[in-house]
Amino acid sequence: MTNNPTDTQVIQDCTILSIRNLNVHAGNHHILKDINLEIPKNRITVLLGPSGCGKTTLLKCMNKLTDLYRELKVTGNIFIEDDDILNTSKNIPSIRQKMGLLSQRPYPLPVSIYKNVAYGIKLKGIRDRKLIDYNVEKHLKEVGLWNEVKDRLHSPATSLSIGQQQRLCLARGLAVKPRIILADEPTSALDPISSKIIENLFRNLKENYTIILVTHVLRQAIRLADHVIFMYNGEIIEQGTPDELFNNPKSEKLKEYMVEGN
Amino acid sequence: MFRRIFFDRTTKTWMITTMVIILLMPVIIGVGLYLKSLPLLEHQSLRTLLFTSDWQPSQGKFGFWPFVAGSIYVTLIAFVLSAPVCLLAGIYLTQFASSRLVKVMYPVIDILAGLPSVIYGVWGILVVVPFISKFLAPIFGTTSSGYTIMAGGIVLAVMCVPYMLNMITEVFKTVPMGLREASLSLGATFWESVKHVVIRKSYPGIISAFGLGIAKAFGETMAVMMVVGNRVQVHFNPFEAGYPLPALIANNYGEMLSIPLYDSALMFAALLLLVIILLINLIFRYFIFKTRER
Ligand SMILES: Nc1ncnc2c1ncn2[C@@H]1O[C@H](COP(=O)(O)OP(=O)(O)OP(=O)(O)O)[C@@H](O)[C@H]1O
Ligand SMILES: [Mg+2]
Repeated sequence: MTNNPTDTQVIQDCTILSIRNLNVHAGNHHILKDINLEIPKNRITVLLGPSGCGKTTLLKCMNKLTDLYRELKVTGNIFIEDDDILNTSKNIPSIRQKMGLLSQRPYPLPVSIYKNVAYGIKLKGIRDRKLIDYNVEKHLKEVGLWNEVKDRLHSPATSLSIGQQQRLCLARGLAVKPRIILADEPTSALDPISSKIIENLFRNLKENYTIILVTHVLRQAIRLADHVIFMYNGEIIEQGTPDELFNNPKSEKLKEYMVEGN
Repeated sequence: MFRRIFFDRTTKTWMITTMVIILLMPVIIGVGLYLKSLPLLEHQSLRTLLFTSDWQPSQGKFGFWPFVAGSIYVTLIAFVLSAPVCLLAGIYLTQFASSRLVKVMYPVIDILAGLPSVIYGVWGILVVVPFISKFLAPIFGTTSSGYTIMAGGIVLAVMCVPYMLNMITEVFKTVPMGLREASLSLGATFWESVKHVVIRKSYPGIISAFGLGIAKAFGETMAVMMVVGNRVQVHFNPFEAGYPLPALIANNYGEMLSIPLYDSALMFAALLLLVIILLINLIFRYFIFKTRER
């Protein structure tokens, strides 16, 4: 990145992902209603909202994971770097590699620690052993896991603690060199210390990645957010800077949520 | 208060008693069969019993190899035919099929799995046997009555498919959605995710389903007996008749018992069946244990 302040300004004001008129239906249930939003590049955008308001569904749309669920009907546009991923003829797997997913619970693949990180790299078509080794090490270091696992890279990933597994999942997501990290309550299954580690990682990762974070922890949102989106019942009620939303909430719903949420 | 403790104690005793009974069952059966087959074991060595093919009870010659080989052959054919079908159908039903198809298929599979084996046997006589004598054997350049090892294998395969498919779909269904999402989000295609994650995660379950399927196939009596020809011979050619172990017992028990040692020989056959099925189970347990470890 450059030191020129005006350049930095330009980069920061870029939108990396924008959503137009996104609607998701499951049968008669209207899960997401006319979602329109822009995700700023190299920032942490926090999605807030009560349980069942559609945060996870929104994240899954960005990654086209909604394809897995036949009952979901998705309409609208999602632009990522000029590709409308909902209506593109391009290769979906390579579009998905632009995003790393971190879910509520860690889901390590049923292979070794090493292969978990190498999985996405190999899918990119990289076969060079040395290059894979190098990247595995690099990304395990990036999430601060290298020293803990370097002597047992070939033992099953499930032998790690939950906190370590979550960091492994982050590492394997970073290994495909995504632009965006989609994190769905990534700390909700973790102890306070592991949560802190993940939070600090996010702060550092912001330099090179755009992060979209779903959280139920209001304090976490305040600590991390550059941009906040508040959802309620499938709709976006308010969005803006943390200062705007947390100090001067406009809608009753958000006021209520902030009182109950903390 | 006293009542509750009383019930607590007695239920515990009951549960332990039933457990012990269940655990003792195979032991009791095994010991009973062993005692009954002792006269035969004293008459001939275990080696000759198992590995010779001379079956002339009236002359006191008991070689069980034709029956053991027949059983293995039929089971093998059934497994080779049914295992890939089950695996692919299981993957399709749990990963790719529309929910409407699934809703129709599950009850159908359940019904098929519950059909009595005589029905499969009759179907075998009506369809499979003529199919083999009229089409399959000529294709391979031989003639055959149709009552063959191959017919037994096919009927058995058809019986095993719903039985194993039932278990395999259950296994695939337990693979968490999050795991598939993780694999897709790393850039895998649908099929790559199935191959690397769903099947991989299901290894132990797939193996145990196969193991149970093989054990069931090996012991299946009625349907096989009706189509397999029941002739005592060892042939590599699947278009020849065979005589599996369970059929030997079912066909002959209660008849020809005037022949000395015949009764004992049938008991030995039953013991053999029991031991082989236990062995199959043990081997598959070991595989499951090995794959879980990884
Ligand atoms: N595959 C699906 N089929 C039918 N309904 C669904 C499906 N997925 C989600 N929903 C419904 O969509 C709504 C939003 O679900 P979603 O998981 O997105 O909520 P959420 O905001 O992530 O909640 P939480 O904070 O509890 O995780 C819920 O009412 C849910 O029942
Ligand atoms: Mg959620």
